[in-house]
Amino acid sequence: MTNKQLAQVQNQIDHNENNQDQDQYLTFFMANEEYGIDILSIQEIRGFDATTTIPNQPIFIQGVMNLRGTIVPIVDLRLRFGLEQIPYGDITVVIVVKAKLEEGEKIIGMVVDAVSDVYSVNHTDSTRAPDVGEADNREFLKGLVNVGEKMVVLLDLKKILTFS
Amino acid sequence: MSIDLSQFYEVFFEESFEGLDIMESELLALTPGDTDSETLNTIFRAAHSIKGGSGTFGFSVVADFTHELETLLDQIREGTREVQTFHVDLFLKAVDCLRDMLNALKAEEEPDTSLSSEITKKFLAILNDEDIGDASTSPAKQETAMDQPGAFGFFDDAYNDPIKPPQQNSSSGSKTWHIFFKPEPHLFKTGNEPIFMFLELADLGEMSILANIDNLPPYHDLVPDDSYLNWQITLVSDTNKDKIEEIFEWVLDDAELIIECDEAETVETVETVETVETVEVAADTGPAVSPATSQPVTPEPVAVKEQALPDTETPVIVKEKENKKNPEATSIRVSIEKVDSLINMVGELVITQAMLSQYGEGEFTENRRMLMLEGLAQLATNTRELQESVMQIRMLPISFVFSRFPRLVRDISQKLGKQVELKLLGETTELDKTVMEKISDPMVHLIRNSLDHGLETPAERTAMGKSESGTVTLNAYHQGGNIIIEIIDDGKGIDPQIIRTKAIAKGLIQEEDEFTEQEIIDLIFLPGFSTKEEVSDLSGRGVGMDVVKRNIQELNGTVEVNSKINQGSTFTIRLPLTLAILDGQLVTIGGNTYIIPLVNIIESIQMTPKQVNNVGGDLELFRQRDEYIPILRMDQIFNHEAVIESLTQGILVIVESEFGHIGLLVDDLLAQQQVVIKSLEANYQRVEGISGATILGDGTISLIIDIGGVISLAGLKKQHRNKMRSLNDHQLVV
Repeated sequence: MTNKQLAQVQNQIDHNENNQDQDQYLTFFMANEEYGIDILSIQEIRGFDATTTIPNQPIFIQGVMNLRGTIVPIVDLRLRFGLEQIPYGDITVVIVVKAKLEEGEKIIGMVVDAVSDVYSVNHTDSTRAPDVGEADNREFLKGLVNVGEKMVVLLDLKKILTFS
Repeated sequence: MSIDLSQFYEVFFEESFEGLDIMESELLALTPGDTDSETLNTIFRAAHSIKGGSGTFGFSVVADFTHELETLLDQIREGTREVQTFHVDLFLKAVDCLRDMLNALKAEEEPDTSLSSEITKKFLAILNDEDIGDASTSPAKQETAMDQPGAFGFFDDAYNDPIKPPQQNSSSGSKTWHIFFKPEPHLFKTGNEPIFMFLELADLGEMSILANIDNLPPYHDLVPDDSYLNWQITLVSDTNKDKIEEIFEWVLDDAELIIECDEAETVETVETVETVETVEVAADTGPAVSPATSQPVTPEPVAVKEQALPDTETPVIVKEKENKKNPEATSIRVSIEKVDSLINMVGELVITQAMLSQYGEGEFTENRRMLMLEGLAQLATNTRELQESVMQIRMLPISFVFSRFPRLVRDISQKLGKQVELKLLGETTELDKTVMEKISDPMVHLIRNSLDHGLETPAERTAMGKSESGTVTLNAYHQGGNIIIEIIDDGKGIDPQIIRTKAIAKGLIQEEDEFTEQEIIDLIFLPGFSTKEEVSDLSGRGVGMDVVKRNIQELNGTVEVNSKINQGSTFTIRLPLTLAILDGQLVTIGGNTYIIPLVNIIESIQMTPKQVNNVGGDLELFRQRDEYIPILRMDQIFNHEAVIESLTQGILVIVESEFGHIGLLVDDLLAQQQVVIKSLEANYQRVEGISGATILGDGTISLIIDIGGVISLAGLKKQHRNKMRSLNDHQLVV
């Protein structure tokens, strides 16, 4: 084994060790803000398909979608956050997550504007969201993290996807 | 070479429970003085398999217990003793006790032996009453055996700790047994292993073993599958010959076995054995013994000497914990016939598929199109047949539920001092297994109710001019897509007057409320209603009927009661045959496609303006023949944009509900089709008015309407109902 290879191996080991204190987040855009969710909870990312409306549900429940035989509810995250809805188009993205909720694991789709990137974030780097008073969406936030110049809002899936 | 027996536990438990069920039902058929040998044989066989199985798996608590039961059964079977009622009672108790023990073992818990030892004592008392000759199985000995549950742990680690020391040291009354055991060479091929028998022997008392390896061939001639050894065993124990023979029961035909008893109380009387080489039986039983391992001749031929068993020894039940923790995981026994028909259908499906793909290749012509269409039609037939066959697998005769009731009725009627005859009708009616499992508890409750509240005591019955014994009839039959189960008693019936008084006292209804008799009787399904003054342990805690009703509703079923004073009551349970598939009517509501279960629909009508009446502003009624039917505008209830402008543009789907007939106003009717029900709750949550979802042929999802939910969404309350009734009553008068 050459020295170079050894160095590579060493590097990998270091990297792996680093990973233990790191979480990976997938980020997406909504109204020009970048939000991050734990990458391990994501099942797939797909385009928006026709949904079937469920009667008498909160406005942010778009309906249910047929995901290869599974009935999956679709949440419009803009509406969930009280933002203005934008019309769905060909580039509208649904992030399908497997969320561990109180009632068990559920597969739920979230409509977002666009998927952005994957970041590794050190545990220590994320800070608690500042107390922003009575803001409606504060409960959805898990923390804030700086990635380079940008600020990413880490979301608490459990809170977002618990509807009652 | 040790086999992990735990993989067979599931089968053992299943078969044992089945055996217990058989024992129970046959025991109930057993009447005092009965000599019907077939019944007795069936019971005996079931008990024997349980004993054999539990012995094999090392559940010695169960095996020992079953042994006593079997002894008494055997005597009855052979005619040396006559069946008496208390025998049957005791057997039934023993069956319950066995069931508890097996359940405990299944849950990997220590079975509670207090009850079993109590019953064992009773068995022994019966056995000893007339048959002192069999005194060797003294109660004292039995108790010790019982107090050491599962003390025979050979299969967890048999080869590390091969010979289990005896359970109890030779007490007074011990005898010295000389056992000569010489198996045929093919012993191992029959799946028997002497060490297990020796281990079992060791449990009976203090044991020493000598192996005779004279017959062992030279190493190069040795056939590893053959057994060359024979053994001389000395056992000091207070056991009897039967017990020893029983250990060798499976190999009797394949071995020479001599059991002799020495009445002396000494241990070292092994003069019969002369110059033989001894080997350690423990480590190297059988063919694997090479001459090199054999030990030199010893004058004191005690190769294996036992020591006292430490009490802390963990008993038998050792296995992986994780995958056994789910007692809900059940299995179905399917007849080969059903499986074969499935395989046939899959075969046809494959042929059709091959045909279709053949037509799909190459140039597409009109001719091919026709063939293709034909093929598709074939495919549709295949699929439907396949679906039906798969559903058939889940269908079991309702006798699986019914069979537990004779026992229940017997126990309860004894407790209540009532005479009851139970009639079972339509036992072969088939029902989905899931539905069956869930219907059992509500039925138990209803039957208890019938016995407790419905039927009178013999004295009361005679006074009424009825026959002394009351009758409870269970009847099951198919009707459309439903199964109907009726529980009919010929007791005193439900008195609406008493119900009414009670309901007023409990504040469930108001004094001035007007109800029909039927409505008053239906009040028994309200939560917190129980008319029996004193609370008994059978029924009457007031948690009864509403729970029954709720359980049945969860299965998409309904329960109704009909009652006539002094003639009896009939509870009718109506259930869908299966929970997985539903015949649905596709409709559109506000442009969205929904499904209404076809079983609920009575008819669909296009209304004319003349037929619609407005009552009190918000309630629209449709007059049909002599009936006023409330109209529910489904688009409003579901908050969809209206597509139809007036009532007459839409179609009124009249459905059956707990409120009577209700009209659901929809935009249009589409096709009728079978749909596979999918849960909406799995990934979302319960939605009022929706019972589930399904995926249609084009891949879109359609929601299934829950009529009860829609009614409560519409807020169709009692005042409406009252209003309607007065209208309907009025109509009748006119």
